[in-house]
Amino acid sequence: MGVVATGAAVWPLADSMNPSAEVLALASTEVDLSPVAEGQRISVFWRGKPVFVDRRTAEQIKAAEEVPMDELPDPQLDEARVQKPEWLVLVGVCTHLGCIPLGQKTGEPRGEYGGWFCPCHGSHYDTSGRIRKGPAPLNLEVPPYSFVEDEVILIG
Amino acid sequence: MMNHPLVKWIDHRLPIITLMNKELNEYPTPRNLNYWWNFGSLAGIILVIMILTGIVLAMQYTPHKDYAFDSVERIMRDVNFGWMLRYIHANGASFFFIVVYIHIFRGLYYGSYKAPRELLWMIGVVILIVMMATAFMGYVLPWGQMSFWGATVITNLFSAVPVFGEAIVTWLWGGFSVDNATLNRFFALHYLLPFVLVAIVVLHLWALHRFGSNNPLGIDAKGPQDKIPFNPYYTIKDAFGLGVCLIFFAWFVFFAPNYLGHPDNYIPANPLSTPAHIVPEWYFLPFYAILRSIDNKLLGVVAMFASIFVLFILPWLDRSPVRSGKFRPIFKLFFWVLVLDCIVLGICGAKPAEGKWLYISRIGTFWYFLHFFVIIPLLGILERPRPLPASISEPVLKAPAE
Repeated sequence: MGVVATGAAVWPLADSMNPSAEVLALASTEVDLSPVAEGQRISVFWRGKPVFVDRRTAEQIKAAEEVPMDELPDPQLDEARVQKPEWLVLVGVCTHLGCIPLGQKTGEPRGEYGGWFCPCHGSHYDTSGRIRKGPAPLNLEVPPYSFVEDEVILIG
Repeated sequence: MMNHPLVKWIDHRLPIITLMNKELNEYPTPRNLNYWWNFGSLAGIILVIMILTGIVLAMQYTPHKDYAFDSVERIMRDVNFGWMLRYIHANGASFFFIVVYIHIFRGLYYGSYKAPRELLWMIGVVILIVMMATAFMGYVLPWGQMSFWGATVITNLFSAVPVFGEAIVTWLWGGFSVDNATLNRFFALHYLLPFVLVAIVVLHLWALHRFGSNNPLGIDAKGPQDKIPFNPYYTIKDAFGLGVCLIFFAWFVFFAPNYLGHPDNYIPANPLSTPAHIVPEWYFLPFYAILRSIDNKLLGVVAMFASIFVLFILPWLDRSPVRSGKFRPIFKLFFWVLVLDCIVLGICGAKPAEGKWLYISRIGTFWYFLHFFVIIPLLGILERPRPLPASISEPVLKAPAE
C-alpha cells in the first residue's frame, strides 16, 4: 500500500522531467531534397540534433554495398540502412558519447573509410554511416523517415 | 557573554549557545594535529564563499539557452563587481576541489577512515559525489561550447546503462538532446545541491565530533593531557592556513582568472559543431582518463564510477589495525605511488586518448584498482608496522631536549 502510494506521489514529479508536449510536438521535420546535388551533403535540425542527408555518388554506394559483413563491428547491410540507395539519411550524433562527426562540409576530414570522422574520441564511419574503427559501439542511427514526395522526406 | 541575561534566557529554551560552546570552543582536540588537518575547515569556508557568491550571481543570471551566455557576459561587463564575483565563484570551484582532494589524501595517509570513523569517511565520500554533480552542472550554466558538449558527453555516460539507457538520458535532458530544458533543470539543481551539501557537512561534523579528530600518530587520546581546546589553538591555526590559502586564491582570481578554465567556453554553445578537443575541468581529469582507458563504453563508465565508489568500502579493504601511515613503511611507499598515479591519470585525461597516452592511462587505471583491491588488503596482512608510541604526548616528552 505504502509503496504504491509513494510511487503514485513520486511519478508525477519524475515524469514532469520527461520531454514536454511542446518538445514532442516539434519532433518531426520536413526536408526538400531537390536542391541537393549528387555528392553533396546537407545537415538539417531535428529534435535538437543534426541529421545528415547525403546524396551519394555511384562509387560511394558501390563502396558501401561491397563491404564484407565480417569487417563490421555492428554488421548491417547498406540496403537495410537506406530507402533509396542514392539518399543516405543519418542522425549526425556519434554513438560513443554524442559528439557531431566531421565530414559534412568540404575540406573536413571524412575518416579512413570516406564517410564521417568523430574528432572527440576518434571513431571512423563509412559511406553507409557504419562504424569501422574507434570506440563507438554502433553505426550512426538511421532516423525514422518517409518520402512524402519523390524528393521530399519527413523525418520523425 | 554567556552570563548575559538575554543569552541565558535563549540558551535555557534552546541550548544552542551551550552546543556551540561545547563543539566549537571547548571542543577537546588532539594536541598534535599538523597543517594537513587545516583542509577540512578550509573546505567548509570555501563552501560558504561559493554559496554567498552563487546567490548574488543567480540574481543576475538567466537560465535560458538564448540568454544564458549573454547574461554571463553582462555579469562580466555591466554588473557592479560582477567580474570579481564570477571569477571568485569559478576559481572557488577549483579551490574547493584542491582543498577537498588534499583533505581526502590526508585521510588516506593517516588512516582516518578506520574504526570508529568509517561512517564519517563514507559521509565524506557522499560529499565528494554531490560536489562533483554540483560542479558539473555549474559549468554547464554559462552555455558556452565546453558547457554544452561537456553536458552532452557526461549525460551520455548514462546511455551506457543496459536496456534503460536511452530512456534515462531522455529523462535527464527533458528532450532529445541537451537543450533549454536541460539548462533550466541544471540551474535549479545547481542552486539546490549546495544547501544539500551544507546538510551533509553537518552530518560529517556530527560524526566527527562523536570520537573527535584522528591525529598524525593515529592513536587514541589517553586522557585530557593529550588534548587541547579547539579555541583558541586550532581556530588560530585554521585562520593562519586560511590566510595562506586566500593568498593563492586571490592570485588566481585577480591575475590568472581563466588559467584553470578553457577558452572554448567563451564561444556560445552550438549544437551543430563539436569542439575538436573536449576536456572536462581539471578536477575531473583522472576520472575522465579512467573512463577513456577502457575500449568498451559500458565498462569504461562502470570503471569510472567504481573508482569513486571503491572509497566507500575502503575501511573494510584495509584491515591493518594501525591507522597512521607514519608507522607503516610499505603502506607509506604505496600511498605516494597512488598520489603519483592520480596525477599521471590527470595528465592523461587532458591528452587525446590515443597512442602512448592511452597506454599510460591503461596502466594508471590498472594500478589504481590494484592499489585498492589487492595492495591495501594484502598490506593489512603482510606488513609489519613499526611500534606505536604509548600516547600522543609521549613522543614529545621523550624527545631529546634541544
